[in-house]
Amino acid sequence: MDALIIETVVKAIVVLLVISALAGFGTYLERKVLAFMQRRLGPMHVGPFGLLQILADGIKLFTKEDIVPQHANRLIFMVAPAITAATAFIALAAVPLFPEFTLFGYTIRPIVADLNVGILFVLGAMASGLYGPLLAGMAQANKWGIIGSARTAILFLSYEVVTGLSILAPIMIVGSLSLIDFNNAQAGGIGDWMVWQQPVAFVLFLIAGFAETNRTPFDLLEHEAEVISGYATEYSGMRWGMFFIGEYANMITISFVASLVFVGGFNPIGFIPGFLAIILKVSFFFFLMLWVRASWPHVRPDQLMWLCWKVLMPITIVNILITGIVLL
Amino acid sequence: MSLEKFKDRNIGNQNYTLIGHEAFPQTGGEKFERVMKRMLKGELFVGLWVTLRTMFQALFKGEMHTTKYPFEKLPISPRYRAIHEMLRLLESGHYRCIGCGLCEQICISDCIRMDTRYDENQRKEVSEYTINFGRCIFCGYCAEVCPELAIVHGSRYETSSEQRASFSLFEDMLTPIDTLKHQKEYPGFGAVSPNADENIKKTPLAY
Repeated sequence: MDALIIETVVKAIVVLLVISALAGFGTYLERKVLAFMQRRLGPMHVGPFGLLQILADGIKLFTKEDIVPQHANRLIFMVAPAITAATAFIALAAVPLFPEFTLFGYTIRPIVADLNVGILFVLGAMASGLYGPLLAGMAQANKWGIIGSARTAILFLSYEVVTGLSILAPIMIVGSLSLIDFNNAQAGGIGDWMVWQQPVAFVLFLIAGFAETNRTPFDLLEHEAEVISGYATEYSGMRWGMFFIGEYANMITISFVASLVFVGGFNPIGFIPGFLAIILKVSFFFFLMLWVRASWPHVRPDQLMWLCWKVLMPITIVNILITGIVLL
Repeated sequence: MSLEKFKDRNIGNQNYTLIGHEAFPQTGGEKFERVMKRMLKGELFVGLWVTLRTMFQALFKGEMHTTKYPFEKLPISPRYRAIHEMLRLLESGHYRCIGCGLCEQICISDCIRMDTRYDENQRKEVSEYTINFGRCIFCGYCAEVCPELAIVHGSRYETSSEQRASFSLFEDMLTPIDTLKHQKEYPGFGAVSPNADENIKKTPLAY
């Protein structure tokens, strides 16, 4: 029992440190990829290829003055960024990151908690992360913030149905909610990937995932050209940074979930070992998010609601019905 | 686009091409049809392909547009009007200025001051010559009016200064004597244009 507690704590700390470092690195990657797609160089001057830019940004964020606006609800204003960041990491707890490996004669399963309702837990934790922007926008006594949080509510009401229903069809096929079972169900190589059986669900889940992480086609809650910074208007320093760490951690989580559920997870592909395979898949999904941000315009809130309720939800329901009939 | 077309301010007379807007869908069925058309047409993927192609061109074909400014500089036109230069005669190495004072007279911001005197050969020499770059507006009149191509505009355009009045002395702007051998026939601002001969009309003597 003690060993289990120590192991879990160590895993949690490792995941927290690695993913928050990766989230910082993600900002660097995003700036670089966006720059290349616009024929710019991106950060170049701090360290080799601008790699230490993350460090410089971190120092800047940590040493900035932490301002709480005069009429803001002080407690909620200060707690809100922690909700976003914390739920992003809590969601990662039920995600198996790599295949099992042996270190110093001790078999390690790189998942903090193998829940039997893993996928539900991940989606629920990520969905509760939306409380961060919602409360932040309402607590800061700023009109842009209010608009931002109103849009958060719209976004939440729209995509969450699609996320849940689109992932329902793969759940029906696999017959389990554990992400490890999802992974094991696709162990037979590329032909066994869920994406071939559920292409519609895959596309719908990706669309909903973009909405879930507030990425560009659906980044209406902090779109600079319209609502300054939305819910993050009044934030500065590390509180603002925590929103960003949360957002990038969410991107990583969604990438992991999409690769585990639909494209074979951490099963080895041919000569590529399992841990490398999942790193490649997650990198692809992460790159896809940056790529889409560079390419596509974003939608209006009413278009998002229209899209989610009138187009995507009927498609998911038809998809579930067909899957059910085929399974019977 | 030709220059005449570019300069034509007579807007409204050109033949504009109207982009074909299709009729706005009225019924639900038409709306659904438009949605399906837009969804299946793959226009979004065209957008994705454009950015990816741009990225590969920028990374591997050297089509990056950034100039790393303090380390790289873009070429500027020879007619660019930056900090003045005082030229020397190519043969003797003596400075070209004959002390006529035309530049001082024509300067509209009053930033050129010069003092001249006769030297031992009864030839005018410049004893003092300063340009106040805090006032100079780089209009180029001095270089245009100079009959000897003595004062010209060079290409030094990084001219920030800590003081409002920033003087330059004659010796600062004069071509150093040891770099005279690099001085070519000056093509920049102040020199006559390459096709000057074509533009000259002979004065008829019959007046």
